[in-house]
Amino acid sequence: MEYISLFVKSIFVDNMIFAYFLGMCSYLAVSKNVKTASGLGVAVMFVLLVTVPVNYLLNKYVLGPDALIKGVDLSFLSVIIFIAVIAAIVQIVEMVVEKFAPSLYSALGIFLPLIAVNCAILGGALFMQQKEFANVGESAVYALGSGLGWFLAIVALAAIREKLSYSNVPPALKGLGITFITVGLMGIAFMAFMGISL
Amino acid sequence: MKLKETILDPIFKSNPITVLVLGICSSLAVTVTLKGALVMALSVMIVCGISSLILSIMRNTIPGRVRIIVQLVVVAMMVILVDQILKSFEATYPIDKQLSVYISLIITNCIVMGRIEAFALGNKPIPSMLDGLANGAGYGMILLIVAFFRELLGSGTLFGLQVMPAGYVTNNLVILPPFALILLGCIVWVQRSIQKDLQEK
Repeated sequence: MEYISLFVKSIFVDNMIFAYFLGMCSYLAVSKNVKTASGLGVAVMFVLLVTVPVNYLLNKYVLGPDALIKGVDLSFLSVIIFIAVIAAIVQIVEMVVEKFAPSLYSALGIFLPLIAVNCAILGGALFMQQKEFANVGESAVYALGSGLGWFLAIVALAAIREKLSYSNVPPALKGLGITFITVGLMGIAFMAFMGISL
Repeated sequence: MKLKETILDPIFKSNPITVLVLGICSSLAVTVTLKGALVMALSVMIVCGISSLILSIMRNTIPGRVRIIVQLVVVAMMVILVDQILKSFEATYPIDKQLSVYISLIITNCIVMGRIEAFALGNKPIPSMLDGLANGAGYGMILLIVAFFRELLGSGTLFGLQVMPAGYVTNNLVILPPFALILLGCIVWVQRSIQKDLQEK
């Protein structure tokens, strides 16, 4: 039961985009049409699902206080370890996908390597550390939920931007400005989910 | 003079947030109060300036293929230093727990990596450091503008001091994260009305 609650909460209430603004750069840059947006969304979801549990195990059994050697707290190294793990896993995922699913590989294209520097991935790892989950399952559910939330957010914005290109926007607000305001309004809509608990 | 342009351009004409659209990721959640925004702005300035300096000194010895990893390590080291310094002052100057997550996220802040790739790897150390500092300052300026309006309207205070008259009803919408984006949209609107060459077709 807690898993479902955590899952729904990480999709809607703690949405990566609307509550924490994580992964905003690629979110704004790659949301011009629905097809590429969903490609990036799937890639982010996938990488989050792989990296957060791995980082969780590292955090619990290597970096935490008294985890590796008694009396040694390595938690100040967590950021550099997380980013190294993410870069390595993205590389491995890229190779595996290229070998076993070439069609998916060509669909994801440039997005896969770029994900290593997407703040949503590192943010997922850091929030996982802050939330102090009890076991790997919880961290995996959290990762899946936040990835799905990111996917929904980027597909929704891309769909709105496709429609927006037909409307009459003041010239100075065109492009970036109106996109910011759109994301802000979508965020307010997502606020309606706040406080939901299952 | 070229040095002057290196310093002034990132603050107005090619501002990293409103023109280059870099580094929005980790920035907006810290603009609820001016204090948080100031800490974040200074941290980004320091990280960006010093890692640009270090990588510019090393630029002729780094092999092209592994440069991203070298950059990540240098930036991560700087971020850890800043984070540890902030933690050591936590007793006297407490900061939000959430802010420390965003400090760590400076590593993936596109401004830092972007300026290193675009400027520091091709220029001498001193101009690179100034470019890094100036980009950090341009980022910090937008952060402070957003934080000014959010703290003034949302809590009626500036830097924690009451400035609005006693009867002021605080606007809770302004505190919510999405409002930062709407404010940012308005800043872009104002800037592009003044600088018409930035407008998109």
